[in-house]
Amino acid sequence: MTVILYMVAASVGIGTGGLILFLWALKHGQFDDLEGAATRILYDDPPP
Amino acid sequence: MTTVDFAFDAPATSSTDKLCAHCGEQLRVSAKDKGSEAQFCCNGCAAAYHVIRGLGLDRYYSLRRAASGEQGLRPADNAAVVDVAAYTQVATDGKISLDLMVDGLSCAACVWLIESVLAHDRGLLIGRVSIGSRRLHLEWKGEAADGNRFAASVERLGYRLVPFDPASLARAEDQTGRRLLRALAVAGFASANVMLFSVSLWSGVEMGPMTRNLLHWLSALIALPAIAYAGQPFFGSALSALRSGRSNMDLPISIGVILVSAMSIVETVNGATHAYFDGAVMLLFFLLIGRFLDHRARGHAQSAVQGLLALRSRAVMLLKPDGSVVACRPEMAPPGAQILVAAGERIGIDGIVEHGESELDTSLVTGESVPVCAVPGHQVFAGTVNLTQPLTIRAVSVGDNTLLAEIARLVEAAESRRGRFVVLADRIAKYYAPAVGMGALFTFIFWWAFLHASWQSALTNAVAVLIVTCPCALGLAVPAVQIIASGSLMRRGILIKNPTALDRLAEIDAVVFDKTGSLTEGVLELNHPEQFEMDWLTLAGSLAQSSRHPLAVALVRAASQRNAKLSHFADATEEAGQGIACGQMRLGSRKFCHVTRTELPAGPELWFARGDAPPICFTFSDRLRSDAPDVLDWLVRDGLNVVLRSGDSSEVVKEVSESLGIKDWRSSQTPTDKVATLEALRIGGQHVLMVGDGLNDAPALAAAHVSISPSNAADISQNAADIVFQGMGLTPIRYAIICARRARRISRENIALALLYNLLVVPLAIAGLVTPLIAAIAMSSSSLVVVLNSFRVSGGTA
Repeated sequence: MTVILYMVAASVGIGTGGLILFLWALKHGQFDDLEGAATRILYDDPPP
Repeated sequence: MTTVDFAFDAPATSSTDKLCAHCGEQLRVSAKDKGSEAQFCCNGCAAAYHVIRGLGLDRYYSLRRAASGEQGLRPADNAAVVDVAAYTQVATDGKISLDLMVDGLSCAACVWLIESVLAHDRGLLIGRVSIGSRRLHLEWKGEAADGNRFAASVERLGYRLVPFDPASLARAEDQTGRRLLRALAVAGFASANVMLFSVSLWSGVEMGPMTRNLLHWLSALIALPAIAYAGQPFFGSALSALRSGRSNMDLPISIGVILVSAMSIVETVNGATHAYFDGAVMLLFFLLIGRFLDHRARGHAQSAVQGLLALRSRAVMLLKPDGSVVACRPEMAPPGAQILVAAGERIGIDGIVEHGESELDTSLVTGESVPVCAVPGHQVFAGTVNLTQPLTIRAVSVGDNTLLAEIARLVEAAESRRGRFVVLADRIAKYYAPAVGMGALFTFIFWWAFLHASWQSALTNAVAVLIVTCPCALGLAVPAVQIIASGSLMRRGILIKNPTALDRLAEIDAVVFDKTGSLTEGVLELNHPEQFEMDWLTLAGSLAQSSRHPLAVALVRAASQRNAKLSHFADATEEAGQGIACGQMRLGSRKFCHVTRTELPAGPELWFARGDAPPICFTFSDRLRSDAPDVLDWLVRDGLNVVLRSGDSSEVVKEVSESLGIKDWRSSQTPTDKVATLEALRIGGQHVLMVGDGLNDAPALAAAHVSISPSNAADISQNAADIVFQGMGLTPIRYAIICARRARRISRENIALALLYNLLVVPLAIAGLVTPLIAAIAMSSSSLVVVLNSFRVSGGTA
């Protein structure tokens, strides 16, 4: 039954990883301008 | 920098079919561009066009037309630039940052243009526009004064920039939304993981007590920190409600979650079979979804508040005693200072005209669409626009003492008078929390005193009652309807700004209308253009082309609609507030055209005299919105008391109310009179919906039970109204009322469903039969039923 321990550790680990990733993205403003990001890809980059 | 090389010419022939290459407006006088076919309406447009062309960004015009159907923005003539250096923030590593609000941002093409233009400036590290919050964020290294250069390059394109005050910047950032999203993420993570353990516990596979205990402990390890973190929005709100002696929905939620957690810990420590960690985190997860969506739906309203800030923080041009001119913020100008106001500029202070004669657009302050004449000695107010000639004004009161600030205070006072409207869910919460408490107490006494159970097991059953009655479905019942209803309204151009507006709109029984800009379109139209002879109309229209007076503009529009071939008179001269003259022809007021008739005019009028022939009279009126009769008819048939209160003269108001069949109307109403009308109706026991626009309506909008405003209304009025709608018609009002009533009905159904669920499970809990599996199934299925029922609110049409 020790396999349960591995499985539990793996599932909680993956979940925690996703949570940390999400909180990181939130903190770095990835969700601040959803509308702009959706349309921004339609235009070329500004010329250098 | 591109040098602008163009020459003015005034073609003597027709020019109405030519459009400005930058802003797309019809040309009167054109500034022709040497070397290309492009023509412009003014120097500002020509300069903006050259900047855009010079950087190879011509695609902007096609992108913007495709995205918003508009051409570029016309750069303001003599725009007073605020010194933005004072608003910069310096970071420790020497980077300077600046946040500006961009006015005139309409679509992604604007974002692309601004960012592309800024990218050409090598000194700038970051220049990024957020279309949602209309914010331009700049970062650079070097001097704070460089910010003025960046700002100027954006303003040259026609956008107006207003610096964010660093102090209010923190407030502008959506702290609450982020906190809710973080809590939602944590609750989602925890409920998914705890549910994994719970499913294995429920699956029925024989499990040793050791394994079961291990899974309980793991659940507790994940659930408890998550509850402590994600439950804070509810705990905080419940605590503040308790402190002020009130009760809200967050109170039973908090009690339920805390009790579930506490009991589950006790059960886990004792190695019992059931622990309810899954229920507690799932409950928080569901509730946070509702809370977050609710918050998002209301986020759009915040930009209106920033619009109000912009109205105030426009710079004024201060004339110093030594003759030099400096731009400064309105509140920095001392009383008695001389202020220069260019034609087309919004006046930033209250004062008295010293030099110059001009006309003022006072529609923002008085709601009157016809401009008033300003001569030396005339008093002017902040918020009005100087139309024709430059003026010198002596400041009388500035900042907090202006009429604009006074009206803002009136709005505040009216809003506080309205008091705290108790939403439906909170009204239920008032009875719900005590009822549930009584139920739990009854269960305890029932088991302990009558069935002679041990006090521990009696307590367990009592707590189980509190757990299953934790108002998950009840907490979702109203927000789910609100989100779906406001989403459905938003797709029709109706924006709900106040969370309780729909609740209040559902219970109205009287509607008070303002006239100008609400019942009417707020644009003057020539009456019966077909009755005039073509050559008279053509000549008058041609003469009118050299003026920007609203009546002249309306005349040109009417003439163009009859396909008159308008020409341009280069030697036409305009006398402010009087009229336009060119040789034998005169277009203007009665006095200007030497008309000696004395009866009062029925509305705004223009006279046109041509040589010795008798002068003719053009009359104008503000056209009713095309669907106004239909909507008014519907309101009356619906049993609502329809009232008209206008600041306009009695002739015009009488005509409008007769054509619409409004019996209760009054003219020449001041903002205070309108508020008094609303008070009188309120004392008479009626719930009043106020429909109005304009700064003069702002106090009335705030004083009414609920208020709605067309979106061409001034910023402050949008700020005061609960609901804002777009479009040329009044039909959105009807749709909003129908939708609000349907939302109220479905909210009540949802509450009934949620209470029905309680009626079914509470007996089980009292009987001591509720296991975590039953609790989880009951909780999620009742929430699902309520959410699915809420979707009915967007179905069907008005």
